[in-house]
Amino acid sequence: MQPDWPAEVHRELVAAGVRVVGYVPDAGHKRLIELCQADKNMRAVPLTTEEEGIGLAAGAWLGGEKTVLLMQSSGVGNLVNVLGMVKVCRFPLVMIITMRGEQGEFNPWQVPMGQTTARVLETMGVAVRQAGEAQTVAAHVHTALRLAFEAQGAEAVLVAQRVIGIKSFQEQANQ
Amino acid sequence: MKLHRREVVAELLRDRGDLLVVAGLGSTAWDITAAGDSPLSFPMWGAMGQAAMIGLGLALAQPRRRVLVVTGDGEMLMGLGSLATIGVQQPANLAVVVIDNERYGETGMQRTHTAWGIDLAAVASGCKFKHAITATADVGAVRELVYRTPGPSFAAVKVLDEKLPLVLPPPDGVLLKARFRRALLGDSADVLPEER
Repeated sequence: MQPDWPAEVHRELVAAGVRVVGYVPDAGHKRLIELCQADKNMRAVPLTTEEEGIGLAAGAWLGGEKTVLLMQSSGVGNLVNVLGMVKVCRFPLVMIITMRGEQGEFNPWQVPMGQTTARVLETMGVAVRQAGEAQTVAAHVHTALRLAFEAQGAEAVLVAQRVIGIKSFQEQANQ
Repeated sequence: MKLHRREVVAELLRDRGDLLVVAGLGSTAWDITAAGDSPLSFPMWGAMGQAAMIGLGLALAQPRRRVLVVTGDGEMLMGLGSLATIGVQQPANLAVVVIDNERYGETGMQRTHTAWGIDLAAVASGCKFKHAITATADVGAVRELVYRTPGPSFAAVKVLDEKLPLVLPPPDGVLLKARFRRALLGDSADVLPEER
């Protein structure tokens, strides 16, 4: 049986005391977003673009709260300049990023950003953890949370597309 | 347009009490510094478009404190989506004030969209800010929004397109972050989370 990685990740966020969850929706994040929205101790904040999440997380940290951001790999392209602030201020940052443009992709326009997501993040100083299997997502998130909030790290956990398992427009629409 | 930006910002920050302040990059960061640097100010040197979002994160984390974002028209235009995001969250303790000289002041005074009549207060109003005004003569009403009225509030203050002497805040981002957290959170800002 596949582990329920969104529930496991949500438990990690609770254990770490995360109070703010910024997100740009992705089909792969549907369940985790719902779990965070239903959690009375979390403020789920829908964003119009991923870079807003960097400002949100920085502001919340200035105010003493921890934030986690949820997005898909294409959104990483929107982050580049504002990641400069994360680096120069050493703001803690945790992003859980569902991958597109990998195994099972049906949309060729998702491929260029998907193929460069890890490199873009690393170029801007974000540590990348690749969760290739559902069993490993929560453990990577646990590590990312610790390194971010205890060592002022910028961390991204990439959840592989084969973990998400979306195959077609039709299947995505029916989710 | 007769208002001077440095006088406007000094008036907004007069007797600021425990107000938390975020300033967008460029002229507004210099304006808040000219009014008197404070550890409870976070002047930005980059991340254009994110001043209002930093204000939102701060307002959500500190619901009992008043938060003021003071930024320029160019910076606000780059982050218009953040007004929609703030509108969804409805933080009662957040005010966004745009010091609007209708110019990109740091790059050669090119006209911004507001010089063509793009109405930022109308955008904020459409984004469900509780109050959204444009001030051209005095800032008494803006002070009310910043210090007393339940928000989220927005004000565009039309000012002269003056070129003023630079008054620079510390540029070190780690310092700006650490001093803000210490001043706001006390000693607990500096220890590991499980020790708090």
